[in-house]
Amino acid sequence: MFGAGGGTSSYQEIEDTDLIIMWGSNAREAHPIFFHHVLKGVHNGARMFAVDPRRTSSAQWADVWLGIDVGSDIAVANAVGREIITRGMYDEEFIREATEGFDAYAETVESYTLDRAEEISGVPGEAIRQLAHEYGRAEKAQICWTLGITEHHNATDNVLALINLALLTGHVGRYGSGLVPVRGQNNVQGGGDMGALPNKLPGFQDVEDAESRSKFEKVWGSQIPAKEGKHISLMHEAMDEGTLRALFVLGENPLQSEADSTEMERRLRSLDFIVVQDIFLTATAELADVVLPAAGWAEAEGTYTSSERRVQRVRKALDPPGEALDDIELLSRIARAFGHDWPTPTAEQAWDEMRALSPLHGGMSYARLEELGGLRWPCPTEDHPGSLFLHGRLWDRPVSGGRAPFSSVEYAAPVDELTEEFPMRLTTGRRLDSYNTGVQSGRYESPRRIHGVLDLSPEDGVALGVSEGDQVRVSSRRGSLTAPVRFDRSLRPGLAFMAVHFPDDTDVNVLTVDAWDPKSGTAEFKATAIRVEALA
Amino acid sequence: MTTTDRQRVTISASVDGKTVELPEGSSVLDACRSAGVGLPTLCYGPTMTPASACRVCVVELEGSRALIPSCSRELEEGMEIRTGTDRAEHSRRLVLELLGSASELDRSEEQLAGWMTMAGARSERFGPPAVEAPRQPPSPGHHGSPELAAAATVYEPAKVEDELYVRDYSRCILCYRCVDACGVEHQNTFAIAVAGRGFDSRISTEFDFALPDSACVYCGNCIAVCPTGALVGKIEYDMREQGAWDESSQEITRTVCSYCGVGCNLDLHTQDNRIVKVTSPHDHDVTLGNLCIKGRFGWSYVGSGVDG
Repeated sequence: MFGAGGGTSSYQEIEDTDLIIMWGSNAREAHPIFFHHVLKGVHNGARMFAVDPRRTSSAQWADVWLGIDVGSDIAVANAVGREIITRGMYDEEFIREATEGFDAYAETVESYTLDRAEEISGVPGEAIRQLAHEYGRAEKAQICWTLGITEHHNATDNVLALINLALLTGHVGRYGSGLVPVRGQNNVQGGGDMGALPNKLPGFQDVEDAESRSKFEKVWGSQIPAKEGKHISLMHEAMDEGTLRALFVLGENPLQSEADSTEMERRLRSLDFIVVQDIFLTATAELADVVLPAAGWAEAEGTYTSSERRVQRVRKALDPPGEALDDIELLSRIARAFGHDWPTPTAEQAWDEMRALSPLHGGMSYARLEELGGLRWPCPTEDHPGSLFLHGRLWDRPVSGGRAPFSSVEYAAPVDELTEEFPMRLTTGRRLDSYNTGVQSGRYESPRRIHGVLDLSPEDGVALGVSEGDQVRVSSRRGSLTAPVRFDRSLRPGLAFMAVHFPDDTDVNVLTVDAWDPKSGTAEFKATAIRVEALA
Repeated sequence: MTTTDRQRVTISASVDGKTVELPEGSSVLDACRSAGVGLPTLCYGPTMTPASACRVCVVELEGSRALIPSCSRELEEGMEIRTGTDRAEHSRRLVLELLGSASELDRSEEQLAGWMTMAGARSERFGPPAVEAPRQPPSPGHHGSPELAAAATVYEPAKVEDELYVRDYSRCILCYRCVDACGVEHQNTFAIAVAGRGFDSRISTEFDFALPDSACVYCGNCIAVCPTGALVGKIEYDMREQGAWDESSQEITRTVCSYCGVGCNLDLHTQDNRIVKVTSPHDHDVTLGNLCIKGRFGWSYVGSGVDG
């Protein structure tokens, strides 16, 4: 946020906050140990709101559940903002001294009355008012979100709408107040930190900034393209246009993880050359020309960065099987095959080079990471203790390092419209014992596993004349599949849910829409229009 | 900036005549340990509020009629604590002996054997354990006359209901740690509680359902705190039964979980280039020793290419 892409707060702060808003996050199942910290906060007296289309196991802990219609988040957030402004509950001093763009924001949210938000979102205006008043009045408050906010065609706008609320009330840059995107994968934060983004170098330094580039070029001894690269959705377009012809896939299973998998398969098959480097022969690897067996987790050294920006050491406990090699070894060998003189560095050597170039990580030696059980960035020097929370500078007077901007964002309905032909909304997510496409989690025997099913509200089950276990056909504008029905009382009529873990039986991405957010490249996995038919 | 640093106040007390000074909020147990006195503990866990259930840590407090459990009593200014009186030693010894006669303690935390020796506990003086007679379902008000030639035990066949957990309640000492970890201390799932009264008490799911049919979410945070090996991962249980469990040949490697982005630290226990158990360090502030089902059990994909 405001520059560096990371959550503002550390887990311990949520234990000491006064108000917790879980917005589009079922952390109880998707991030169970983060939710332990949330529950400590609740036991310490924090109030909790859940904003989620489903009354999830997280929402069941909330004092108030706002059961919004999928994709209506901005309408609700803007109405919260309007209510806070109208009632004079905003932090006037903070807005004046540390932010910019308030007037335009206030003008934008003016039309989002509680009534209008209720009409768009299905949430009673009174509940929205209550959230607004408690957030406006709280001494300390945290907004936490996950993919319920970001897997939409307007993902970035959704996030900005939440950031606006924190700027309005000064709930950022202080101990116990912040904005917390809980990361879905072990090292998705670290990947971003390390510059595995099309527009960033390690430490969130801009690719298009000549000074940053030249710093890296000196150490790397090669020239970095001056223009930002493509995120995944732009790569799909480039494949369709025929300008992207070869793909090197490291530890991803895009054939099953990307939206609209029929389209994705056609795309992958149209390429000239695919290399997959993975620990398993995934469905994507089956399509590849070359498969490089990689050492997996517990078989290699390195670091992960967690959702609280904490870099922690990852260690090798086992020898990799067969001919599998460490990723660093594989990449170095490929470079040598291209004729470059690359010795294979140790993980620590690679890390030390990176931290010499990234001020955020400068003070994080392996020895310190070891001794301190991890460090949170920014940690510029070896005598720096790391940072519990970000943006404390916004409370300096005069504010140091630039003002935080409000963003005026408007509600836009999900791309996949509900019509008579496709009258139900399907949303997707994780279950407690499983993970993504099931490549890893499918290999242990969980007594809690719910295999590929379509979750429906009991009311919809009655309306469709189906019972639990009955097979139904689920169709969207892109494809269809059959699945057994399971009743889930956390769903309201009109809303269906499928987990993403069983692409081999019930590939939900046959149904999903690959409409994507132009700012982040994320596809709209969370909002599909479907029709459900009983199979006799 | 942080608001968590409070002014530290030092409390001064005496343990066996020796003066100790500790920060406010310390326990009598902390004071005894800082004086170099090793007291046994079973129900006490460093990440949990003491349940005061087992009474093996009791000590004498000047001015107090009864012995006090040292783990749960907060240290107060001027306390005079005596750990080695006849009454305190007798009480600790008797509790250890009774627990040892009723439950199998050979897979307990390693300090237990030392504590038994230190206390001079001789569980065998109550007679050989009546192991072949699993205790009957509780029938309130109808206890048979005790069999005096053999020691009554809590023996029952191990509950093996899935591929992840074994509940081997012959080893249970009802310390409440699992109940508290499943409940308000850590997991807040409340899948288990103590059911029954007196010698018939046992840890039970709701209506004694099998674990897969209960509210259990298989986080294994009960296993993580069980001091006697009554709750144990299935792989460890099987290896122990086969005599293949060899802690002396195991290595422990600290790493981070491969699933979601919370960053839980894991200790991988490996034997013969295989993971045999996963735990989390109790002193790491992200987990306090807790994990979810994926972190504790979801690692079997590692190396699965080798053995199929």
